[in-house]
Amino acid sequence: MQYVIEVNGTARRVDVDGETPLLWVLRDKLDLKGTKFGCGAAQCGACTVHMDGQPIRACQTPIASVGTARITTIEAIGQTPVGQHVQAAWIELDVPQCGYCQAGQIMSATALLTHTPAPTDHDINDAMSGNLCRCATYTRIRAAIKRAADLGRT
Amino acid sequence: MLRRRNFLKASLAAGGGLLLTATLRGPAGAATLGTAGPDAVALNAYVRIAPSGQVTITAKNPEIGQGVKMMLPMLIAEELDVAWADVQIEQADLDARYPGQVAGGSTATPLNWLPMRQVGAAGRQMLIAAAAAQWGVPAHDCATEPGKVVHPASGRSLTYGALASQAAAIPVPDLAKLPLKDPKSFRIIGQPTRNIDVPRIVTGQPMFGIDVSVPGMLYAVFQKCDVHGGKLVSSNVAAIRGLPGVRAAFEVKGGADLRGLLDGVAVVADSWWEANRARQQLDIIWDEGDITGQSSESFAATAARLAKGKPESSIRRDGDVAAGFAKAAHVIEAAYHYPFLSHINLEPQNCTAHYADGRMEIWAPTQNPAPGSKLVAATLGIPESAIKVHMTRVGGGFGRRLSNDYMVEAAWIAKVVGAPVKLVWTREDDMRHDFYRPAGYHFFKGGVDANGRLIALSDHFVTFSQDGAIAASADMGPTEFPARMIDHLDYGVSMIPLRAPTGPLRAPRSNGLGFAFQSFLDELAHTAGRDPVQFALDILGPPRLLPDPPGPRVGPGFHTGRMRGVIELVAEKSGWGKTKLPKGTGMGLAYYFSHLGYFAEVVQATVDAEGAIVVDKVWVAGDIGSQIINPLNAEHQAQGAALDGIGTALGQGLHVRDGKIVQGNFDTVLPLRMRQSPPVEVHFRVTEFPPTGLGEPALPPALPALANAIFAATGKRIRSLPLKDQDLSATA
Repeated sequence: MQYVIEVNGTARRVDVDGETPLLWVLRDKLDLKGTKFGCGAAQCGACTVHMDGQPIRACQTPIASVGTARITTIEAIGQTPVGQHVQAAWIELDVPQCGYCQAGQIMSATALLTHTPAPTDHDINDAMSGNLCRCATYTRIRAAIKRAADLGRT
Repeated sequence: MLRRRNFLKASLAAGGGLLLTATLRGPAGAATLGTAGPDAVALNAYVRIAPSGQVTITAKNPEIGQGVKMMLPMLIAEELDVAWADVQIEQADLDARYPGQVAGGSTATPLNWLPMRQVGAAGRQMLIAAAAAQWGVPAHDCATEPGKVVHPASGRSLTYGALASQAAAIPVPDLAKLPLKDPKSFRIIGQPTRNIDVPRIVTGQPMFGIDVSVPGMLYAVFQKCDVHGGKLVSSNVAAIRGLPGVRAAFEVKGGADLRGLLDGVAVVADSWWEANRARQQLDIIWDEGDITGQSSESFAATAARLAKGKPESSIRRDGDVAAGFAKAAHVIEAAYHYPFLSHINLEPQNCTAHYADGRMEIWAPTQNPAPGSKLVAATLGIPESAIKVHMTRVGGGFGRRLSNDYMVEAAWIAKVVGAPVKLVWTREDDMRHDFYRPAGYHFFKGGVDANGRLIALSDHFVTFSQDGAIAASADMGPTEFPARMIDHLDYGVSMIPLRAPTGPLRAPRSNGLGFAFQSFLDELAHTAGRDPVQFALDILGPPRLLPDPPGPRVGPGFHTGRMRGVIELVAEKSGWGKTKLPKGTGMGLAYYFSHLGYFAEVVQATVDAEGAIVVDKVWVAGDIGSQIINPLNAEHQAQGAALDGIGTALGQGLHVRDGKIVQGNFDTVLPLRMRQSPPVEVHFRVTEFPPTGLGEPALPPALPALANAIFAATGKRIRSLPLKDQDLSATA
């Protein structure tokens, strides 16, 4: 079946089964490999993308359910000021170790900071606890979110 | 000191510039290495200097998040004397010029610390010689500044880029006689240095094995028997072939080696999701073999029964442990247990392979590509010379990817299909087809004298065997702490036959043994009415080197002074014994030597009336020798390893039932999450010993330090993991 979805500001046409999760459309049909597969069960957050600015798990989002919603992935998150600040803070604080989860972390962090420009530790815990980091870079993720918040104030 | 036969080759690089290749062979430096043996070490490095002055350094080892892709080039760049900003790093493929292409055992630092610096120093010497020849001055009158050779007497200078072509023709100096920099003049080593790949990571660029894309590529899944080594009897594979998107579906007859190709059914489709959806329709009859007794409950019952008898074999005996217990003022016994664990790399196992014209090309997120290439060659009957393995960035190693089962599966499927194929496992595949950290049971008895000193200790260790031999990473050595420091000591072992394959998980052996021994030692300290820090310092005694007995894992020995140093440091930094803590909050200490690193850690934890655990803070003190090569990454590795231990202790443990792993995803195996993650303060004690690695040794103390903190907070002794299965509520 043909679907037209808006990904990173561009209308993209794909011909897939309607049950196909957005994750696999992005990765295997649209060649946007920044969004990661980790669990296939909305347990790890590696596949986090934005749907109309809200963080969602692409592995549990059938393409048929996307409709006219705007999808934003890690490849385009730097086009927003908040996304830029988050990426800059991640680089400055040298957040990643293996790096596999970090796209999902950045998508969740950007959504948090977009709605909550000065998050508390409690806000960070709530917004980020759905994103696993197997290398446990959490201390730097927390610090980088606060640094990105600072960058947003200046 | 290291003595090696050295071969260094220089040549013009394609497109101009100096290509520097060094091959270093010889016995391992027994003074610095845990695993020494004839020809155990062979190292190689690779430098390219462009006429522009841009320096490209090849990183030969797999990058799994441990930072080796930065560390090895930093060593070369330091002695080459270039500005770090002018360095580009290239990831090597599996390549015979680069031996030792493995990520495991925290070995990259001790194995490469001198050889990689020598490679850089040789390049620098050749560049100096080229400049001296051009100027007609003695080489010893020349010096270098980053990226250029200078002649101070005349004020002349030439850039490395301008000298590179001439330098390539200079005879290669004797590496052993090369002067190396005084560490006081290091400009790169010792500087906090950011990972150059982060800008690509944060913009989602494809870097990992799972991101590989090859024109015409198909996608595969592979269904195996969840009882490890089960044989395929029959399947409905023909019915799968007509499902949407499916391009091929076929049975695979594998072998008996659980690390190789096993029986299964491959489904290949136009997209991974279609392949995996079609797989749900598979109906397979397996011959699971004998699964008698292959359950967690049965293992525990067998262990308890074995503990009533004598150990099947002895690991170590010192003095007379029965006499020691008879003399002791206090004797306690306790049984400890830790569970099977999966590595749970966040990037599921995957591999892309393409077989065409008799050649196999492979893209693999592997920690250990060389045995993978050999496995593919042997299994598929392809000469190794016809196999090319590309090493991708690896989404977590933890020891899982020292095995290459996913590689041989992808290669086999690709050869059958005749097209490029990307095999991707599901999370459930990954958790149920791992090489598990073996569970273990320890039946301890310890005695302290009237002065509160440990005088006698015994451990009946019940572990697992496979095919009659001790299972991989399920053994315990004769130097397990506090052996060598206690007069009366008796370690023995008994084994339970196991079907599931086992293997190394970050800090293998130590990650379980550390929990059991360090928890029981804390128990003994409290029994004796002693402060755990003082109790530990008493066991260690005066600073001295205790040499290792001869054996397969002979290393440089154990230095009691280095362990004392980190215990004292962590006690000072954590405010041990000086901080007044509220009710329900406690601090626990643990210390452990592994992978040549000495680590002591203090955890502060709070347990509420409902039994919920909050880890308030972790302090880490480590001694990894004379030089912290990249202090930024060193802090990250130590934090990550300690938190890995905390997360493992809190939420991870596999259950075995009828020979299968019950759990399959992160709803039941719980890695640490943000809301559970405490601050981790890291301190290094710099000593005069050679630098050693950091991927693993900060992990083992974290688990017992947390367990000991919970005891301090609640009075409840933790003798079994994970903590999520313990009732710590006030009414329990």
